[in-house]
Amino acid sequence: MAQDAGLATPDGAPVNQAGATETGEGVRRRDFINIAAVAAAGVGGLATLVPLISQMAPSADVLAESSTEVDISAIKPGQAIKAMYRKQPLFIRNLTAAEVAAAGKVDVSSLRDPQTLEQRTKEGKANWLITMGVCTHLGCVPLGAGEGEVKGEFGGYFCPCHGSVYDTAARIRKGPAPKNLEVPEYVFNSDTVVKIG
Amino acid sequence: MSFPWANEYKPSHPFMQWMDSRLPLPRFVYNAVGAGYPVPRNINYWWNFGFLALICLGLQIVTGIVLAMHYAANAGIAFDSVEHIMRDVNWGWLMRYAHGNGASAFFVVIYIHIFRGFYFGSYKPPREMVWLLGVAIFLLMMATAFMGYVLPWGQMSFWGAKVITGLFGAIPLVGEPIQQWLLGGFAPDNAALNRFFSLHYLLPFVIVAVVVLHIWALHIPGSTNPTGVEVKTESDTLPFFPYFIAKDGWAALAFLMIYCAVVFFAPNMLGHPDNYIPANSMSTPALIVPEWYFWPFYAILRSFTFDFFFIPAKLMGVLAMFGSILVWFFLPWLDKSPVRSGNYRPLFRKFFWFGLIPSVLLLGYCGGSHAAEPYLMLSQIGSFYYFAHFLIILPIISSIERPDPLPFSITESVLGHDGNAALGAAA
Repeated sequence: MAQDAGLATPDGAPVNQAGATETGEGVRRRDFINIAAVAAAGVGGLATLVPLISQMAPSADVLAESSTEVDISAIKPGQAIKAMYRKQPLFIRNLTAAEVAAAGKVDVSSLRDPQTLEQRTKEGKANWLITMGVCTHLGCVPLGAGEGEVKGEFGGYFCPCHGSVYDTAARIRKGPAPKNLEVPEYVFNSDTVVKIG
Repeated sequence: MSFPWANEYKPSHPFMQWMDSRLPLPRFVYNAVGAGYPVPRNINYWWNFGFLALICLGLQIVTGIVLAMHYAANAGIAFDSVEHIMRDVNWGWLMRYAHGNGASAFFVVIYIHIFRGFYFGSYKPPREMVWLLGVAIFLLMMATAFMGYVLPWGQMSFWGAKVITGLFGAIPLVGEPIQQWLLGGFAPDNAALNRFFSLHYLLPFVIVAVVVLHIWALHIPGSTNPTGVEVKTESDTLPFFPYFIAKDGWAALAFLMIYCAVVFFAPNMLGHPDNYIPANSMSTPALIVPEWYFWPFYAILRSFTFDFFFIPAKLMGVLAMFGSILVWFFLPWLDKSPVRSGNYRPLFRKFFWFGLIPSVLLLGYCGGSHAAEPYLMLSQIGSFYYFAHFLIILPIISSIERPDPLPFSITESVLGHDGNAALGAAA
């Protein structure tokens, strides 16, 4: 009906379909209001997503527990312990000389995730193999750190879930896991205390 | 929708007339699941499973709301609160067993419902949306069931959560941050348990909403039937009420008898004993297996033990597992045969009974077993056939197959060629 009669501003100036006055410089007040409203709602909506999404990330108390100190003085060569780091098992292993030698003999280029034992330990402390006790396949705890547990055919760790086998440098040798057991960040605070994380 | 001969809602009581002109909810119900919805007269018992699925959903929501009144979603006490439900809460044992076995029953019913669709071509035009919404419901069900299984915070709960959230870690670059974001930590803990509970309570209602869309989309063209021939005349249909309500009710009673037998006499038959050990992040169970209804998908996940071109084995397993369900979304366009029902497709029928069904059963068997030979090789064979069935075999047979002659109409398929028989029945 309005179109039939022809649109007009209150003061009588004719208006085209886009809403701009044909006579003026194109006020387009309605367009301005539309764009401003949608932009404000869009920016506001996106801003609201920030807290909604980030509330799911690890909270402050979880992050506060993200480093651990472990006393390793009681671990004899050939022994290993399972410590807890970020609510996950951590393997601290005192390798025997034979195990260090076995890890050194492997042709690194033949490995799925090529790394030497030296790259996976601290300088001068090649016998201290500190890795996460989390299989890189789907996150099970491999066997081999506890007393009497199966170490697998490469003498390191064996994951019972899907059969991944790790060697004495905790490198993946066989099975579905794609990576070596993860070496977390750590420092030797002293000869007997390591700080992980 | 409806067919022109559908009964029309005509309220006789003045109150119902008053209501009908203000909020026509009774009219809506009458047209959806009442005498106003004409259904092909020849549908067989396989068509009862949609209704049974609805019963399962209701059962799960009711028992779940009750359980939530007594359960505590806190990693420190969740396990004990479940034992509290089992030992101290009045009838708590019944509610928990009904809910746990209700999930299994729901999946039995839904798998039959889905495979009914596979066999009778329920996904074909004009019912693609019905099918797509159904696959969406199935994905929601899987998420809900997985998160529900985590809540008792036993060993299987914990390690199941760890393995499944670990799947996201397989995504290149962003995998680990996504995994930590999903868990709210570095491993499943209180934050993860709480959000799983929140979502486990939410998702069933999302399912209800999608079920409404599923039925809405179904009622546009109307239900399929075992011949796959579309409804032509009034003599092809009977009203949903009372005919099919009665038949669904009969099926519901038969279903509930079996369900109750399991709940009362073998409530732990389908569960895993390790889930009665409290969650321990330092010790992995000897065999991590999901609930039986995920076994085929779990077998596909584990069947990739080798890198696939440049894609690492782990990522490939994850992609294949999700792909095994996502391929259903493309089914209406993969199977191009204009004949819907497997009853008239001799070649399709052979591959269905001797290919698809055995491969899924084989995958299910392997998924519940240790990840060692011969199960890995069998899973690989099963996975290969499974994908080949949808991506290669169906497109090929739909172009080379010569279908059997279809009946002229649903009425003819029920009453035979004799036109007088049809007239006689109508008279």
